[in-house]
Amino acid sequence: MNDRVQEKLAILADAAKYDVSCSSSGSKRENKGGLGNASRSGICHSYTEDGRCVSLLKILLTNHCIYDCAFCVSRKTNDVKRAAFTVEEVVDLTMNFYRRNYIEGLFLSSGIFKNADYTMERLLRIVKKLRLEENYNGYIHLKTIPGASEELVKEAGRYADRMSINLEMPTEQGLKMVAPDKSHEDVKKPLAWVNNQILEYKQDRKLIKSTPGFVPAGQSTQMVVGATPENDLQIMHTAAHYYKTFSLKRIYYSGYIPISADNRLPAIDSQPPLLREHRLYQTDWLMRFYGFKVDEILNNHHPSLDAEIDPKFSWALRHLDLFPIDLNKVSYGMLIRVPGVGRQSAQKIIEARKFGKLYIHQLKKIGVAYNRAKYFIRCADTPFELGHLQSHQIRSLVLSESSSKFLKTSSSQLSLF
Amino acid sequence: MKQYVFDGSWIGLLTAVFEWFERRDGTVQLIHERYYQPEVFDTALVIRSHQEKAIRVTKGLYKYLNSAQCRTLYCTFLSEIPRCYDVLMQVLIRIFSGQPDALNNYGDAQALFIAQTAKSVEREKHRMKAFIRFEKSGDGLFFATAEPDFNVLPLITEFFRKRYADQPWLIYDVKRKYGLHFDTQKVSEVIIDTTVILPDLNTIAGTRYDEDELKYKTLWQQYFSSTNITARKNMKLHLQHVPKRYWKHLTEKQYALQNL
Repeated sequence: MNDRVQEKLAILADAAKYDVSCSSSGSKRENKGGLGNASRSGICHSYTEDGRCVSLLKILLTNHCIYDCAFCVSRKTNDVKRAAFTVEEVVDLTMNFYRRNYIEGLFLSSGIFKNADYTMERLLRIVKKLRLEENYNGYIHLKTIPGASEELVKEAGRYADRMSINLEMPTEQGLKMVAPDKSHEDVKKPLAWVNNQILEYKQDRKLIKSTPGFVPAGQSTQMVVGATPENDLQIMHTAAHYYKTFSLKRIYYSGYIPISADNRLPAIDSQPPLLREHRLYQTDWLMRFYGFKVDEILNNHHPSLDAEIDPKFSWALRHLDLFPIDLNKVSYGMLIRVPGVGRQSAQKIIEARKFGKLYIHQLKKIGVAYNRAKYFIRCADTPFELGHLQSHQIRSLVLSESSSKFLKTSSSQLSLF
Repeated sequence: MKQYVFDGSWIGLLTAVFEWFERRDGTVQLIHERYYQPEVFDTALVIRSHQEKAIRVTKGLYKYLNSAQCRTLYCTFLSEIPRCYDVLMQVLIRIFSGQPDALNNYGDAQALFIAQTAKSVEREKHRMKAFIRFEKSGDGLFFATAEPDFNVLPLITEFFRKRYADQPWLIYDVKRKYGLHFDTQKVSEVIIDTTVILPDLNTIAGTRYDEDELKYKTLWQQYFSSTNITARKNMKLHLQHVPKRYWKHLTEKQYALQNL
């Protein structure tokens, strides 16, 4: 019987791993005398050999599916082993993994069998059993099944910490190309239901403190990158729109990993676009934490992100007229726009400069990437230079001094002497 | 230069600060007794840890610092880095001598040392929250061993008490030879007496573990390998997140360890 569970786990973990959402943060569910609680900042309990974190037991309830989406391993026409967990098996695995501190919680998704409501109802049954019968208060990330009824989605929200539903492709056209049965409308509807309900609960909580939580860690979504021909501009504009409209907590960008010989998709031996994915995440961070508007980074003149340099550096090179700035004077908002200065360094600079002007050696110690930052800043002992460097000069100077972690071999020539 | 020698306890460190203000000794150096070597021309004062004096210093500290800043100081102390005690005393003296915001002066080497050391300790604390792996024994106790870089057990007590409120557990720091035990009511500090020879849990396979322990270990190892995407393999990143020194206490890395 054990071997059977192990085989199911192998199949259904493998099928779930292309959903890259991993976070376990944002909830503050407390332990009420049973097992588990949520950690505000989230905890990554392990990391696989691909360097991604393992914080949740990420599985599908089943990989049987009535849909035939070209990009998905579990598509109807794909010749893979199929399996399905029982409700009890999922609950047992979650409880026992959690008790051993293997995981931060459960991430439960499913292929769609019979119909959307039938599937959603099964997922709901597992979540309710964990919460109501097992007294489990750990993290639960529940997938919303597209097409499920509003009642089921809203009921699930009372037990889950986070809910998510994937856009899959960045544009409606892209999605139609690879998954003719699906549409972005099916995603927008449940996102809106849950978002409205979250806002309503927040209002109620202002009046009545004891109002129970509803999806306390908010919603997220995922876009597959590189499967369809959208450019970075389209991807990030979609992202910005969804962040704003549905107050999403996170959008995940998943570099497409070739799993299908379908001629609508990249060939099976092509490399996943890891560098591009990385640049998209950097842009996402600039939008959410660094006060950048999406138009500043990607617009019709610059529809694609620069592969060689990060998007903030690229932005700064296009706006040399704003630099150099005096680190001992400018605001926090401007400090974090300097390439090589992160949020923590910026906060330290703001505190430290109250005690006196800052010098280069202090900046380096504080954690500023000075080799990149030096072209954009002035501090107490910045050497005086005649004339200004042009943006292409700065770019090649910085690139010549650093080596990208994405390059497998160094491209610089050996020096003769 | 005058040297203060203390017993390495937090109370001892605070007492040293108290004594300095009693004596106004000018420039002194605080040394853990473990690292103290008498020198020919220097004089040393042995600090006797004194609860009341330490409490008075603590109360004074809370007048100038918020609780996050006090925690920073305590975390730096837990790092057990030999020079941390002296840096802490110098900064404490400055805080009480008219520089209450000395900790924020990140341009200053001592303040930056404290900020960065405290951050390392907090990182290690977070790692222990993540990397502790319980094994269930035959009598229902969930036990784990760990070798954290810094002495972070005091920082994770509350976390494990709240999270695993309905199961008895034991976390043992092999390096520092003490542990935390929770009996489903309260947490207490325990020392395992190694002079009494106990049968090794690992050598008599299965007999002392819960009968399902091996099953869940295997399932977890299966999950860990199935959730990996081989097309994205990135060992450099993997090692950055899970440095090898932690592997021997991680259930999912046992297989990799055997095949090194």
